[in-house]
Amino acid sequence: MNASGRTSATPREALTPRQSPVAQFCHRYALLFAWALTIVLFSVLEPDSFLQLQNFTSIFNSQAVLVVLTCSLVVTLTSSEYDLSAASVLSLSAMLIAVLNAQLGVPVGWAILASIVAGLIVGTINGILVVVIGIESIIATLGVGSVVAGITLWISHSNMISGISPTLVELVIVPQVFGISLGFVYAVLLVAALWYFLTYTPIGRQLLFVGRGRRVARLSGLPVGKLRFGALMGGSCIAALAGVLYAGTSASADPNSGDSFMLPAFAAAFLGSTAIVPGRFNAWGSFAAVYFLVTGIYGLSLMGIQVFIQNLFYGGALIIAVALSILVRRSETREPDIAKEGN
Amino acid sequence: MVTGTPILEARHFSKRFGGTLALDDVSLTVESGSVHGLVGHNGSGKSTFIKILGAYHAPEPGAELFIDGKPVRLPLAPGVFRSLGMAFVHQDPGLVASLSVVENLRIGALAQQRLKRIAWSAEVRRCEALLHEFGMAVDPRAAVETLRPWQRPMLAIIRAVDEIRQLQSDTGVQRGILILDEPTANLADSNVGQLFETVKRVQHAGFGVVFVSHDLDEVAAVTDRITVLRDGRVAGSGPTSGFSRADLVRLIVGHDIPPAETRPAPPSRSDHLADVQDLSGAGVRGVALSLAPGEIVGASGLIGSGFAEIGPLLIGGLPARTGHLRLGTRSYDLRGMTPGAAIKAGICYVPGERLREGCIGELTISENVTLPVLHRFYRGWLRGRAMDSHARAQLQRLGVRPADPTLPLEALSGGNQQKVLLAKWLQLAPKLLILQEPTQGVDIGAREQIFTIIRDFASRGGSVLCLSGDHEQLAMLCQRVLIFRRGRVATELSGADLTKDRIAHECLGSDLRHSA
Repeated sequence: MNASGRTSATPREALTPRQSPVAQFCHRYALLFAWALTIVLFSVLEPDSFLQLQNFTSIFNSQAVLVVLTCSLVVTLTSSEYDLSAASVLSLSAMLIAVLNAQLGVPVGWAILASIVAGLIVGTINGILVVVIGIESIIATLGVGSVVAGITLWISHSNMISGISPTLVELVIVPQVFGISLGFVYAVLLVAALWYFLTYTPIGRQLLFVGRGRRVARLSGLPVGKLRFGALMGGSCIAALAGVLYAGTSASADPNSGDSFMLPAFAAAFLGSTAIVPGRFNAWGSFAAVYFLVTGIYGLSLMGIQVFIQNLFYGGALIIAVALSILVRRSETREPDIAKEGN
Repeated sequence: MVTGTPILEARHFSKRFGGTLALDDVSLTVESGSVHGLVGHNGSGKSTFIKILGAYHAPEPGAELFIDGKPVRLPLAPGVFRSLGMAFVHQDPGLVASLSVVENLRIGALAQQRLKRIAWSAEVRRCEALLHEFGMAVDPRAAVETLRPWQRPMLAIIRAVDEIRQLQSDTGVQRGILILDEPTANLADSNVGQLFETVKRVQHAGFGVVFVSHDLDEVAAVTDRITVLRDGRVAGSGPTSGFSRADLVRLIVGHDIPPAETRPAPPSRSDHLADVQDLSGAGVRGVALSLAPGEIVGASGLIGSGFAEIGPLLIGGLPARTGHLRLGTRSYDLRGMTPGAAIKAGICYVPGERLREGCIGELTISENVTLPVLHRFYRGWLRGRAMDSHARAQLQRLGVRPADPTLPLEALSGGNQQKVLLAKWLQLAPKLLILQEPTQGVDIGAREQIFTIIRDFASRGGSVLCLSGDHEQLAMLCQRVLIFRRGRVATELSGADLTKDRIAHECLGSDLRHSA
C-alpha cells in the first residue's frame, strides 16, 4: 500500500482514474512487448528454423490480406456494428476477379473495379437492412454473408479457379526490398490511411461517437444514420480490397477462401483495441495484433504442432482480448455497482 | 422507539486513495427506530462511507464497527452485510420492470434458491400483508412498470426490509439497518411524501435507517438526526430539530451562500425571440409558448405531464405530430425537425441524462466538448493540440475542476460533468438553450455555479427554457414558470407567485382535486 500506487479499485470520486505515464506506456505497447517476447521465445525454442529473414518476410507478405480484412472490421466495429459478411465479401471479390479475368478474359483493371463495386453493393444491402429497416447488424450481416457465399459458390460452380493475369500478381507479390512484397506495402498504406481517417478527420471522430452512444451522437446533431450506413459500405469496400489482394497473392480464388480469415480478423481487431490507443478499435493496434497472432502460430507450427492449434490460438486470442479489455476498463474507470452485488 | 444499544455504530472510519484522504476519522451512530440523515457534497466522503459498509472499500486500520452492540471484523467480506441485517437501496431501485410486484419482492429468495417450490397464491397473500404494513396500496400481481415512479423505491425499501427479516427469522430478531442512498434522486418531489411514509413505517418497525440525500428539505422532513460530511470529515452532527436550513447549507459548503439574487423584471414581451405554436406529440397536446431574448422560462409538472418532453420535441429528438416554431425571423415546421437542423437554427438542448444522452463518459473531455465544432479544427487533419487548448479555455471559463481536457469525462463529479455539457453547447452561442434537469445529481456549490452560468448566458441576450421537477431551482432561476398538467400548459406563474411551494401546489393542482 504505498502512497502513490493506484489500486485497481481507485474510485473516480476521490481521484482521477488516469494511469501514471509509465503504466500508460506499458498499456499502450504491451502487445508489442508480447510480440517481441514471442519472437524471442521461438528463437530460443527453434534456433535453427525460426530466426531467419525468409520466415519473417513470408509472415509479412502472406498476412497482408488479413491486415486489410481486419481494417474492414475496425471501421464497422468503431461504429458498433458487427459485419459478419466481410469474409464472404472477400471470397466474392477474389472469385469475381478469377471468373472475369481468368475465365471470361476481362482485363484485370475492370475485374478489380467490378469486385469493388460488388463490395459496395453488399455494403449498401447491409446498410439498408441495418440502418433503414433496423435489423441488428450481427443478424443482418450473418444472413447477407451466407447469401454472398452462396453467390460465390454459384458463379464458381464450387470450383477453385486459377489463371489470374500475371499483371495483378506482379503488382501484388513481386518482392521488392528485402523480400517485402508490394502487397504488404499496400496493407501498410491502408493501415496508415485508416489511422488518419479515424484519428484526424471529423467523420472518423463522429463515427467514434456514433459507436459509443448513438443517442448522444443524434442529440449532438450528427447524421447518425448516414454515418452507420457509410461505415457498413466502407467496411464492405475494404473487404473487397482484401479479396483483390488475395487474388493477386495466390493468382487464384477459392470459393471458401475468406472463411479462414473471419475469426483471425475479429481476434486481431479486438486484440488491437487493447493496444496503441487502448479502449478503441484502431488501425496500428490491429496491425500489431495481426502479426503477433501470426508469429505465434508460425512458431507453433515450426515446433510441429498440428493445424488445430490455429483454431485454438485465434479463438483463445479473441476471447482473451475481449475479456482483458473489459477487465482493464472495469478496474480503471468503473466501479462495480454495489446494488447489483447486494441483491 | 429509541432503545439502549445503537443498531449501528461506526467509529473512526478513514479511507485513503493515493495521497488523498477521502474519509478522515468519521464516526456515525444509528439508533434503532431512527432515521439518520447523511448529507454532503459529491466528494464529501458520503459514498466512500457507504461503500465501506457495503464491503466495497476496505477502511484504513483503526476503524471499528459495532452492529447491535457486537463488534464486527473489518474489512467486511463481500455480501456479509446482509447476514448482519444490513440492506442497501440505491438510486436505481434494482427492480425488473416487466415482472410483477410479488416476483420482484421474491427475486432475492429465488436467486438464492431458498425456495424449493413456489406457492404463488400464498406468496401473493404474504406480499399483500407486507405492502399493507408499509403503506403501499398496489396489487401484488401488477407489473412493476405499471407502478408510479415514487412507488418503485418504496417497493425496493419494502423488499430490503423483508429480506432482512427473512434472514433473521430464525434468531427472532426483527430489526436491522437500511441504507437508503439517494432514493428520491429520480423523482419529482411532489410525491415523495408517500415514500417518506414508508420510511417512517420502517423506522417504527424498529429498523435503523441511514438516509443519504442532496435535498435538504427531504432530510429535514424524514430524519431524526443529521450528520454533515465535508472534505471527508464530520462537519456537524446532531438532532435534526437543532439545524436550520441555513445551518445545513453552511456546514455542507463551509461558507455562507448569499441569498438568491433578486430576479430582474421580465423583459418586454413584445419582442419574442422564440415562438412555439400548437406543439403536439409524445403526450404533449397543443402547447404554445414564447420566450423573449434574455428570458429564463421554466416548465414543470408531475412526471408524465409532458413538460419533460418539450425539449426533445422542439429539437426533433422525439417526433412531433404538429408544431411550428418561429425563431427570430425564421420559421420551422417542427414535424420535420432533426437535432442537426435545430443546432443550425441556433437551438441547443442539454439533456438530463448526462451519461446516456449528453456525452460519452469514457471519451475525453476535449473530445466531448469539441464534437459539435470539429470542422473548426480541421485543416487536412484534426489539430489535437488546438482542440485541447480550446476545450481547456472553455473549462476554465465555466470553472470546471480539474480543467484538464485530456481526462475521461466520467472522471469528473456530476456538477463538473454538467458544466462540461454546458460548455459543449454554449460555445455555439445558441439563441435558445433548452436545459433538462440542469442540476440533477449536482451538489449545492456546483449548483450555484451552474445558475451563474445560465444567468450569464441569458444576460447576454440568449433565451433559456429550463425543464425541471426541481421546484426550488425553478423558483430561483426563472422569470416565468409554465406548469404542465396532462400534456397542456395549465398555469403560468411569475412575479410574487413564483415560489417553490406555489409551483409544487400547481403541479399537483387538478390531480389532487380529482382524487379528493
